[in-house]
Amino acid sequence: MSQRWALPLLLTAILLAPVPGHSEQPLTLTSVSVELPESDNMFTGPGSEALNENCLACHSAGMVLNQPALPRATWQAVVAKMIHIYKAPVEEKDVGPIVDYLTAMKPAN
Amino acid sequence: MKGRLFRHPLSRRSLLGQAGLAGLTMVGAPAWGQTMTDLALPGGPSERQITKAFPQKGPMILQRTRPPLLETPFEVFDKGVFTPNDQFYVRWHWAVIPTEIDVNSFRLRVHGHVNNETSLTLADILALPRVELAAVNQCSGNSRGFFQPRVAGAQWANGAMGNALWAGVRLRDVLDRAGVKAGAQRVRLKGMDEPVVPEAPDFMKSLDIDHARDSEVMIAFAMNGEQLPLLNGFPLRLVVPGWYSTYWVKMLNDIEVLDRADDSYWMKVAYTIPDTPGADVKPGTTGFKTVPINRMVPRSFITNIKPGASLPAGAPTSLRGIAFGGDTGVQRVDVSSDGGATWQPAKLGADQGKYGFRRWEVFITLPAKSGFILKVRCTNSDGLAQPDRPNWNPSGFMRNVVESTPGVAG
Repeated sequence: MSQRWALPLLLTAILLAPVPGHSEQPLTLTSVSVELPESDNMFTGPGSEALNENCLACHSAGMVLNQPALPRATWQAVVAKMIHIYKAPVEEKDVGPIVDYLTAMKPAN
Repeated sequence: MKGRLFRHPLSRRSLLGQAGLAGLTMVGAPAWGQTMTDLALPGGPSERQITKAFPQKGPMILQRTRPPLLETPFEVFDKGVFTPNDQFYVRWHWAVIPTEIDVNSFRLRVHGHVNNETSLTLADILALPRVELAAVNQCSGNSRGFFQPRVAGAQWANGAMGNALWAGVRLRDVLDRAGVKAGAQRVRLKGMDEPVVPEAPDFMKSLDIDHARDSEVMIAFAMNGEQLPLLNGFPLRLVVPGWYSTYWVKMLNDIEVLDRADDSYWMKVAYTIPDTPGADVKPGTTGFKTVPINRMVPRSFITNIKPGASLPAGAPTSLRGIAFGGDTGVQRVDVSSDGGATWQPAKLGADQGKYGFRRWEVFITLPAKSGFILKVRCTNSDGLAQPDRPNWNPSGFMRNVVESTPGVAG
């Protein structure tokens, strides 16, 4: 992965006054340009299509796959929050299969 | 329609196409050569990848790639009271995070219930009187993965915290540039990150006007003597000493003074806790009164002994670690080597400021051929001590139970 963050694109905002009680050196802020990694993790196994279709646009799979075993009611509430508060455009027909998949997840270790 | 729905440059379709090419990567079966760590979360999943893939960051525990959730490996806390910038934990709510910040064109807007709406450059901000403060930044949900029964959310171990020497300007001085009008009630802060779906609630938090003007709340442009890593909020981040990190808005570029209460989602619904001592309710309880999470509570950790360690018996053994008082300083740290039956005081290290980490050290002598349970307890300057029993709430917030470290002496 390319990491260009260290390139000093522009130097500006040089403060000449010393930091009280700390450093005598001026602080310089430097413009930053970075690339953030993408994840290629996918949900796998029976029922995973609904999650791969509806969930990955807003967040990668990792945090979901790190969840402990949780009751169906908890997953229903999480999916409802994603749809009604975070406005995830989840297809109505996919809500049931998504909750089923999440409820059936077993901690890997 | 999809193009309109999503802010992210990748449409859902192209994202899937890209992911499909890599579909042979098995979830839960990391590629050869990846370093893994075990967070010992009860019931699992407990294994996490150590990643070096993030810009301006060294080795971090990968909790989620996008938006990033990166945890500080716990051994970092044994090295000193200040957490290095390149291993300081990272937590973002929304995935549209600017990846390029031009220090010349950046502006901080101050508006709302003020006399003169204003837009400040970084040079304007750097010209204000400078302040500096050591303070712990801790996620509300730090240690959530240890809650039992387990709860949904980022499954952190104890590394969603860090201590830095922050440098910046007083929020008060920035507000005064705009002139707060009489009748102001709240100051609401927003950063440059945005949700993928534009209709989702922007992440913003607010403080009471008196809190915002208390001269401790800071707009920081440096941590540990360097500009902030982008993922920690470059170029500006709010610092709210003694309060949980949800208020420490990153990439801060918008300050709005309100003449009313703030009833937005991130104050009224999200990041709320039971209005009970220690944010503690019986597991499964619903319908309790809630309040926005606020001040931190004391915590302490042993940093040089891992659970399951084998230690020498009959000879002095050094224990050391870190403590913090929450919203005030550390009064004392006590250590037990017999599971809490008896306690002895630890020697405290240099005081770098009441909101920061404090080092402690103590020597214990373990009896021969026995299992032991080490415990460490911080009492803060207000006399508040860590509880013996863990709290519980459905969001997994504010864990601060006395930590236990079992091992064997031989």
